[in-house]
Amino acid sequence: MDLNFSAEDIAFRDEVRAFIKDSYPAALNGKIDEGEELSKDDFLSWHRVLAAKGWIAPAWPKQYGGTGWTSVQRYIWSEETARADAIRLMPFGLSMVGPVIYTFGTPEQKARFLPRILSGDDWWCQGYSEPGAGSDLANLRTKAERFTGDDGKEYYRVNGQKTWTTLAQHADWGFFLVRTNSEVKAQEGISFLLIDMKTPGITVRPIITLGGEHEVNEVWLEDVIVPVENRVYEENKGWTCAKFLLAHERTGIAGVAASKRGVERIKSIARTELDEGEILLKNPFFKRKVAELEVDLSALEYTELRTLAGESSGKGPGPESSLLKIKGTEIQQRITELALEAAGHYGAPYYRGFGEGDNEHPIGPDYSHRVAPTYFNMRKTSIYGGSNEIQRNIIAKMVLGL
Amino acid sequence: MDFNTTDEQTMLRDTVARYLADTYSFDNRMKTVHSGKHWNAGVWKAFAEELGILGAPFAEAHGGLGGGAIENMIVMEEIGRALVIEPYLQTVVIGGGALKATGGALADAVIPEIIAGNVIIAFAYAEPQGRYNLADLRTTAKQDGAGYILNGHKSVVYSGSYATHLLVTARTGGAQRDAGGVSLFLIPADTKGITRRDYPTVDGSAASEIYFENAAIGAEHRIGAEGEALPLIERIVDEGTAAICAEACGVARVLHATTLDYAKQRKQFGKAIGEFQVIQHRLVDMFMEVEQAVSITLMATLKLDSAERASAVSAAKSKVGKALKFTGQNAVQIHGGIGISNELAVGHYFKRATMIESQFGSVDHHLRRYERLVID
Repeated sequence: MDLNFSAEDIAFRDEVRAFIKDSYPAALNGKIDEGEELSKDDFLSWHRVLAAKGWIAPAWPKQYGGTGWTSVQRYIWSEETARADAIRLMPFGLSMVGPVIYTFGTPEQKARFLPRILSGDDWWCQGYSEPGAGSDLANLRTKAERFTGDDGKEYYRVNGQKTWTTLAQHADWGFFLVRTNSEVKAQEGISFLLIDMKTPGITVRPIITLGGEHEVNEVWLEDVIVPVENRVYEENKGWTCAKFLLAHERTGIAGVAASKRGVERIKSIARTELDEGEILLKNPFFKRKVAELEVDLSALEYTELRTLAGESSGKGPGPESSLLKIKGTEIQQRITELALEAAGHYGAPYYRGFGEGDNEHPIGPDYSHRVAPTYFNMRKTSIYGGSNEIQRNIIAKMVLGL
Repeated sequence: MDFNTTDEQTMLRDTVARYLADTYSFDNRMKTVHSGKHWNAGVWKAFAEELGILGAPFAEAHGGLGGGAIENMIVMEEIGRALVIEPYLQTVVIGGGALKATGGALADAVIPEIIAGNVIIAFAYAEPQGRYNLADLRTTAKQDGAGYILNGHKSVVYSGSYATHLLVTARTGGAQRDAGGVSLFLIPADTKGITRRDYPTVDGSAASEIYFENAAIGAEHRIGAEGEALPLIERIVDEGTAAICAEACGVARVLHATTLDYAKQRKQFGKAIGEFQVIQHRLVDMFMEVEQAVSITLMATLKLDSAERASAVSAAKSKVGKALKFTGQNAVQIHGGIGISNELAVGHYFKRATMIESQFGSVDHHLRRYERLVID
């Protein structure tokens, strides 16, 4: 056991650092610090730079476009991108459907979809949750009926409603869990379909969340026709893909590197804000919360490193990733709580309420503008990807044998 | 960067685990506790001769296995699992650590005797007024010719009743809480002028109040420079703290495993209580606390030789302290009534867990130290 980086790792780190410094899109600088909402072009500008460099999918096998990095190099990569405050990449293609396609897809599906995920040409969204299927995901009702078209080919006719579909307003493609058999046990009648979001019959309606953002949507499907060749893996075996995807989604969900930056931001706010004539960071109660947050983050970091060490010695992401999800999201939420607390009075002004073209200088310090919306928004983290209660059920069953 | 143990380290863990599982049963431990001696000389001899683990962190030149902090972590975690009361921490980690750090004739003479099981060291550092401040010392070592005269009172010295040697902190100068003027001595326990009151501790060990009344010792018993030992003392206490964090991980793993097992067996309302979601989630929360304690203990251990040693150790001890309280209290809670009986092992793990919480500093102490080092 050794914490030190090898000479090769240090050279790699320097290469990564220099690359980010030279190539990170200037237009994105500072957007994370100020918590700005990002446009589709914002997301894609960094994605395209990395795609061109061949560094867009470090977690993928090399044969499908991965980087072939060691787990230490991947750790360095996540540390360096967080250190540079780079925006996060959208996970729907890279971390969700991509691994499902290269693991379960046909050669044709791999050739058709993977390059466009890597290049950023296709923006993906996730059609999992439904109004009646949240934590009880297998209870989904969106129905896909198989039929033979006039052209003699096989199709599904899909009807139903998906919800909480993140950034579906930007999406070119969606991966959907649909019911192809209602006669069997809930998990055994589900299939995994790839659907072109431009297909007639799809309607995307915004849901505005607590911070005022348009981040999630309802997606309605009415007689949407999908070729059978767009089904991944066997009919009625979609639950296998669904579970695989959820376990993959949870790795990296700990967000350690980004949370380290978040803690630094809180400290910097608390060195500026005054409390009883001294900087807020000298308030012993606030300081204690920051200290405990840092300590908990260290524990999470080393738990993730232990998990990575286990994975590099051959174990895939297992139910332990539920621990990373629970503790990672708790910490992300505490960071937003402390940022809001640190901002004091200036957490209150609602920026969306100010008119366009307002030439007055903004109200309150820059760092305060989005602390409340971010706090509200981040409540999602303990709910999405399988709520933290569901993660506890997974650990109880899979790890503890209860 | 590498998180895998070497083959030798894996073998060390397996060997210690197997030996303790075979010989150090809970019943055997309780026999030792009830013997009134609170340690078993035969066990110690076996640690030295059969297992050879007393040399784990020492250089091969001294007859050791050539290991270091990782080896101590491995042994201490197994000690925690088996609830071992013999003084590996005091003798090998702390006493041995001080000698290793300073070297010289004293180290050359004493380390081989530690490895052979002949020297047992108790660490006399705490004082009634000092709480967790290592420099808050009223014990004095006044220069007297070529040697020193010791006067003072040391509190709750674990293993003090049977140690062959005492590792003593004392003032050779400076005021009560000054960083300067602190010295460290390793002296034979039978030195004239030392008296003791021995007593059992709640977690099954023996401890002593130790009084020095004009105890005269030679200068050769001093470890490190006169008046400049505080950094060395902080270092060995940090190493000891990392080691009891590892012990705590072993204790907490057993608390969790025992409770999980019990929840699968114990039936109420016609089913195993482990089928109730409220119990399942509690057991998951305990599991997560234990895993994170293991992780942060690893961090502290790997950083013992780095510039971040002190902050990493304080981070770890604060996190481990909370984990101990949570797993200990919930282990008893889920066991129900039987959890508070003195017969089951779980209660004894809970007691040891509770004492580790404050040993070398409470959660609050270590968070404050962390704040001073990292945030202020």
